[in-house]
Amino acid sequence: MIPDVRGYLREARMPHILCPGCGHGIVLGAMLRAVHTLGIPQDRLAVVAGIGCSSRLAGYVDACTLHTTHGRALAFATGLKLARPELVVIVLTGDGDGLSIGGNHLIHAARRNVDLTCILFNNAVYGMTGGQVAPTTQPGWLASTAPYGHAEPAFDGCALVQGAGGTFVARSMAYDPLGLQSILTEALQHRGFSYVEVLTDCPVYFGRYNRLGEGPELLWSQKVRFGEVGQMLQAKRFVTPDGTAPAGRVEGLRFGILHRSERPEFTHVCWSQVRQGGNP
Amino acid sequence: MARLRLVRGNTACAYGALSAGCRFYAGYPITPSSEVAEEMARLLPRVGGVFVQMEDEMASLAACIGASLGGLRSMTATSGPGFTLMQEHLGYAALAEIPCVVVDVMRLGPSTGFPTAPAQGDVLQARWGSHGDYPMVVLAPAGVQEVFELTAAAFEVADRFRTPVVVLYDEVVGHMMEPATLPELSELVASGTWRRPSPPVQGTYLPYAYREGTPPPLVSFGEGTRYHVTGLIHDESGFPTQDPGKVGEMLRRLNGKVPEIPTDQLHPELVATGDAEVVVVAYGITARAAHAAVRQARELGVRAGLFRPRVLWPSPATALRELSGRVGVFVVAEMNFGQWAREVERLVGRWAEVVTVNQVDGTPLSPQTILQRVLEVTSPVPSAAAGRRMIS
Repeated sequence: MIPDVRGYLREARMPHILCPGCGHGIVLGAMLRAVHTLGIPQDRLAVVAGIGCSSRLAGYVDACTLHTTHGRALAFATGLKLARPELVVIVLTGDGDGLSIGGNHLIHAARRNVDLTCILFNNAVYGMTGGQVAPTTQPGWLASTAPYGHAEPAFDGCALVQGAGGTFVARSMAYDPLGLQSILTEALQHRGFSYVEVLTDCPVYFGRYNRLGEGPELLWSQKVRFGEVGQMLQAKRFVTPDGTAPAGRVEGLRFGILHRSERPEFTHVCWSQVRQGGNP
Repeated sequence: MARLRLVRGNTACAYGALSAGCRFYAGYPITPSSEVAEEMARLLPRVGGVFVQMEDEMASLAACIGASLGGLRSMTATSGPGFTLMQEHLGYAALAEIPCVVVDVMRLGPSTGFPTAPAQGDVLQARWGSHGDYPMVVLAPAGVQEVFELTAAAFEVADRFRTPVVVLYDEVVGHMMEPATLPELSELVASGTWRRPSPPVQGTYLPYAYREGTPPPLVSFGEGTRYHVTGLIHDESGFPTQDPGKVGEMLRRLNGKVPEIPTDQLHPELVATGDAEVVVVAYGITARAAHAAVRQARELGVRAGLFRPRVLWPSPATALRELSGRVGVFVVAEMNFGQWAREVERLVGRWAEVVTVNQVDGTPLSPQTILQRVLEVTSPVPSAAAGRRMIS
C-alpha cells in the first residue's frame, strides 16, 4: 500500500511551479515515501537544494529547507551537516546544477564521504532557463542552444561520483517510482555520501525540441528505451542485500545500485577529533 | 587569564573569532590569509569546533552559512581573488540574513596581482562586490590587538543584525607582529561547543518579520522549528514572493537595518581633530603611518588631525560630517587609487576640500609621504600639483 505522505508537504505552498507532465513530482513522492518508511521525524529532516526546477521542490517539503545558490547546495549541506550531525540531510539538485556549475562540489562531497543523500534529477536539459543543453545531454539531441544537435558527449554522473569516492551510487528513473523509493530508502540508511541519479523528463523543452511527445509518452519511452531495465523492474532486482547487484546497461547508462562501499564518514571523523580535544 | 603575547595579526584574528564563540571555520588557502586557517585548524578541535578546508571559496562561505544555520558561529578568511569568488555568497547571506564573518586580508590586485604585497584595493569590492542592493558591514582594524577585538565584535554585529560582516585588513596588519592581549586556550576550552541560542517559538516562526527595524533572532535548524530559507526575494515567512509591494518593502527594510555605528566600540578614532584645519583620513596600516604624519605635522606647527574609521561600511557619515564644518581639507590616504576617498568626497565634499594621497606599488604608505601631502595642502599658496581635487 502506498502511504499518504501529504503530512510531509507544505500544502499551503501549492500549486507548485512544475509544468504538467514533469517527472520531478514523482521523484519527490518517492523521496517522501522513503522518508516516511524510515520514520524520520520532520524536525530531524533538512532538505538543501540548489537552483533549477528540481531544487525548487525543497520549498514544498515541510522540514528545515534551504534553497541555496546555483550548484552549491552540497557545500551548504556540508556545513549544516557538520554543525548538526543529528540531522538527516537530503540534497536536491539537477543535472545542470549538480554536474555542471556544481560539479566540483559534487566530487568533493563524494571524496569527503559526508553523510548526505544527494538526489540528482537528470532531465538532460536546463529546464528553468528555457531548455539549453546540460552536461547530460547526449550528442545529437536538440536544445535551445543546440539547434543543430548537441556537439558534446554527456557526463555519466554515477561513474563520476564513484570515481570521486562516493560510497553509495545508484541510478533510477521516474518511470519506476517504487524501485526509486527502495533505492532512496537504502540511500538514506547509508552512512556516508549517497548519490542517487534519477532520470526524469522535461516535456516542455527536451520533449518538445526533440519531438518526443508529452509527459506520458516520455515516461513510456523510459521503459521502452531501457528495455533491459523493464525486465529488471519485473524481477525486482534493483535492490539486493549486498548492493553489488546485477545492473542493467542500456544506451551507456546503468541502473540500480551501482556501487556500495564503507569508508569513514567525514562528520564522524571531524567530531571524533573534537572529542579527542585535538589530541590524535 | 588573558596574557600579553607577541603575535601576528592573522593569529590574533583566529583568537578573536574563538573568543567570540566561533566554532566553525571553512576556508580555502590563499596568501596572505592562510595563517588564519592554519590557526583555526589547530585550535578549533581543541575548543570544541570544526575546521574544514573546502574545495574553493564559494564552497567555503557556503559551508559557513550552512553551519551558521545549524547554530555555530562561522568564519572564513581569504584574500582578494578568493574574496571575489565569495561575493556570490556574501550576497546570499545578506539576503537570506544568515550571520557569518568573512576576513579579507588584502593583497595587491587586480587578478592574481602581487600576492605577498599589501594593498587596500578591496574596499569597494567589500561594499559593492555582489549584485543588487544589500547591507554590508566592513570593519577595518589597524593593529594586531584591534584585529583580535574587531574580529570578536564582527560576530556580535553579525548575529545582532543577522548579516555577513567583513573584517578587512591589509597584508601588513595580517603579518606584522605586535604585543596583544589574547585569552588562554583553557578559557576558550571552557566554553566548549558554543551554539547561538535559539529563542523559543510560539506558533509559526516568521524568520523575516522585522521588529523595530531589525530581523528577529535566528532559530537554528534542528531545534524543532521548520522553516524555509532562500536566495529568492521572500516575504516575512521566508517563502518566495513576486508581489512588488512586498518585494520593495522587504528590500527597503533589509537595506536600512544596520546603523552607522553598529556597536559602541566601533566609533571612529579621532586624534587631535579638535582644532584641526587639515584632517588625514586613513584606515588599516595606513592609519598607523598617518598617525605618525599627524604628530610630525603638529611638531611643525600645522594643525593636523586624524580620522580613523573602524567601520568602513556603513560609512561613519555623521562623525565625518561633524568635522567638516571647521576642517578645511581632508587628506585621504589609501593604498589604492582613491576608493574610500570617493565616500569621503560624497560625505563632506560640499563643505571641505578632499584630496588624496595614494600608493599602489606593493609597499605601504610612509609617514613621510603622507606628511608631505599634508604640508602641500596647508602651504600658504597651494601649488597646482598639490591641488588634485577629487572628482565629485
